[in-house]
Amino acid sequence: MPEHNKVVQFEQTILPHLDAAYNLARWLTQDEHDAEDVVQEACLRAFRFFEGFHGGNSRAWLLTIVRHTCYTWLQKNRAHEPVAFDEELDEVESGASAEDLLLQNADQYALRQAIEELPVEFRAVIVLRELEGLSYKEIAGVAGVPLGTVMSRLARARKRLQHCLIQPMTREA
Amino acid sequence: MNCQDVQNLIHAYLDGELDVVKSLEIEQHLQDCPTCSHAYRNHQALRTAIGDNALYYRAPASLQKRVQSAVRQSSHAGSTLRSMPWRWLGVLASLVVIIAVTWGVTRLSSPAATEVLAQEVVASHVRSLMPDHLEDVASSDEHTVKPWFSGKLDFSPPVVDLANQGFPLMGGRLDYLDNRPVAALVYHHQQHVINVFIWPSTGGSDVAAKTETRQGYHLAYWTKFGMMYWAISDVNETELQQFVQLIQAQATP
Repeated sequence: MPEHNKVVQFEQTILPHLDAAYNLARWLTQDEHDAEDVVQEACLRAFRFFEGFHGGNSRAWLLTIVRHTCYTWLQKNRAHEPVAFDEELDEVESGASAEDLLLQNADQYALRQAIEELPVEFRAVIVLRELEGLSYKEIAGVAGVPLGTVMSRLARARKRLQHCLIQPMTREA
Repeated sequence: MNCQDVQNLIHAYLDGELDVVKSLEIEQHLQDCPTCSHAYRNHQALRTAIGDNALYYRAPASLQKRVQSAVRQSSHAGSTLRSMPWRWLGVLASLVVIIAVTWGVTRLSSPAATEVLAQEVVASHVRSLMPDHLEDVASSDEHTVKPWFSGKLDFSPPVVDLANQGFPLMGGRLDYLDNRPVAALVYHHQQHVINVFIWPSTGGSDVAAKTETRQGYHLAYWTKFGMMYWAISDVNETELQQFVQLIQAQATP
């Protein structure tokens, strides 16, 4: 398509999802400036490959590129950051059935911190599901993993979050 | 369905990813089993808490502009080669005008001169709409566009972004009108392009805006703070007038 039309079409299709792109990048890089850099780079990539976008869910398409750009960025800049769960910790029984989780009242700070402490791939799944409301199938596409992996990551991430949030509560009680 | 089955499927149930039959089975089990229903309530509470808006990071307002100008710049860089012939045509056109000047053909401020100028403005506008010819510097930032002109012109055009009023600045370019290089500012309004040509006026005093219509384009021209302005677009007349008023109010030397 002519270059000018491509710019106009790109801006109309992709720019409305800038919040979503930034939100994901912000949660994955954990830094506002890095998130902005990553989003800009991801948008430039998206623009370059825009001819390859044939309609469909443009938000999921952009988020796929953002996630990919984030991971590349993290590998380069934060190589030490854990990607997977520490299996031992993961096996801790949540014991969630024993007490009520009054999470509506849980302070946002503790919750934010608990999500930030999740390994990056689990954090990505939580953000895509809970904050972006993507379906399992869409998440599988964005994260580039099978549906079953999405489900197990989601389950484990939620279990971990509950565990993190219940512990301080029971300690107080 | 036993507790283990429910535990395996509870997240898919929570996220509305199960079919009706499975969902009903789970609901049945949750009614009968206090342990599972307790766990379910906890999952639900966690979801509600995370879904809270406070955890969503919205993009700062500056990011959109930043991304926009980066994309346009990359688009422009990619198309520089292709647009070369148009640039040469532009140089050629300038030469023709320069020859016309040396022969002393035109003289401003007479009705005939305005007539000639209006034709030139229309021609420049049409030429600018050809592919890859709209902007030499693509930026919505007035502090990028204004300095870009220095060194290319012997005057500094007033540059204002009117994005908040619905006329975002898209960039600028050099053009040639009234026998001299002029600044051309490009604005968008919805899908329409507005070109504003600016150069120092020969007369000193301000002149109120006059309008006319030519080849389906609306034109407005005026003089303010020693600068001559010509605005042209295919937006409707009222919108162009609104735009002119905004420029007049905000463009200061």
